[in-house]
Amino acid sequence: MRFTVRVWRQTGSEDAGRLVEYDVDDVSPDMSFLEMLDVLNERLTLRGEEPVAFDHDCREGICGMCGLTINGVAHGPRRATTTCQLHMREFTDGDTIVVEPWRAAPFPVVRDLVVDRGALDEVVRAGGYVSVSTGSAPEAHATPVARADADKAFESAACIGCGACVAACPNGSAMLFTAAKVTHLGRLPQGAPERDTRALDMLAAHDEAGFGGCTNTGECTAVCPKGIPLADIAQFNQDVLRASLRGAGGRPA
Amino acid sequence: MAVTGFILFFYVVAHMVGNLKIFFGETAFDSYARWLRAMGSAVLGESGVLWTIRIVLLVSVLLHMTAAIQLARRARAARPSGYRHRPPVQGGYAARTMRWGGVIIALFVIYHVLDLTVGWLNPHGVPEEPFLNVTSGFQQWWVVLIYTVAILALGLHVRHGVWSALRSLGTVRASHGPLARTVALVVAVALTAGYLSVPYAVLFGLVE
Repeated sequence: MRFTVRVWRQTGSEDAGRLVEYDVDDVSPDMSFLEMLDVLNERLTLRGEEPVAFDHDCREGICGMCGLTINGVAHGPRRATTTCQLHMREFTDGDTIVVEPWRAAPFPVVRDLVVDRGALDEVVRAGGYVSVSTGSAPEAHATPVARADADKAFESAACIGCGACVAACPNGSAMLFTAAKVTHLGRLPQGAPERDTRALDMLAAHDEAGFGGCTNTGECTAVCPKGIPLADIAQFNQDVLRASLRGAGGRPA
Repeated sequence: MAVTGFILFFYVVAHMVGNLKIFFGETAFDSYARWLRAMGSAVLGESGVLWTIRIVLLVSVLLHMTAAIQLARRARAARPSGYRHRPPVQGGYAARTMRWGGVIIALFVIYHVLDLTVGWLNPHGVPEEPFLNVTSGFQQWWVVLIYTVAILALGLHVRHGVWSALRSLGTVRASHGPLARTVALVVAVALTAGYLSVPYAVLFGLVE
């Protein structure tokens, strides 16, 4: 297969950046999107040009490192699929493919297609944890969890924190990510003690990081590689409202 | 946003139902208009309840607009540099037109008050004769056009707004799944149809 790939090139945070066009031929339809970029980079290196920087790690769709906006869609055209699991057979021979980084103020571009997603870590730091006693592992049956709760918590726990929800949101909001963490932990008995403060603190950290506000447009869940449902945002709102009504305080100083 | 939106939504529904009084004739419609001024007069005096409603609505609109402007400003700050290539993915037309749709509705409400409440822009323009105000206005095609555009904008606004507000208020069960979307759609279509029935009935001579 042969493609015309228009890739965002940006040497650093100071550079304005631009789309640069490359022709990539001899692409196998069984290659992943990242492998296609690997081929491009090999050829760029041979020509003595700077290869295109992009994030990747496991290439199995579970680490959350990869993430490209492909033809304006986070993670590309295939639903519930990370960029590394997207194959070139999803495209037509001869296609022009536009590749851009996630675009959001809290995700500054480091280089080319690599963005700094540290803002999501700040949100998690604010409340994405449970209080556990250290020491030996607890007995497995000590804390029973209802099957329905376990399933729901697991559905939300599937979030890999790739940031596609932010990239797709017209408001640049990270509510789906934050809501997934709140729903995952709040649903389990282990996460119950911090349920109120978690919701309030994570929302405060989310807003502080410069993410936009949610208007329920649903763009996030459409591109989420793990299919986190929009209902998690309703759950998050419920937790925030309940915590506010109870007068739960914020983070201890 | 959700709370003020619901206050405005309930008013808009009540207003639409009240409008349908026009199909019962001039006497029924005018006496309904007089009753609106007289209701609760034993407690709050003539037009007391009416003014209370007006103040609540005005405060709701102002708070609703403030929240919308804050959201729009945050959204702009969160993505200073946009995508070079970006087709809409999932969000429906209603969700994408909330902001400009809201502006259209706000401008329309100003016109609407000047037209049928104060009567300055109405061809008949006698506040005590609402039936004749309505029928004389809607005989002009351009008045019907203005109302049509505004009501369609309102329908789209309600379509996304009701459903979105349920989520914002944290109703996990009620806002989940296709049922909530269907209910929001049916409510929006019923509201639009109810409102548009009056100007078109007048225009085509069904109400005279």
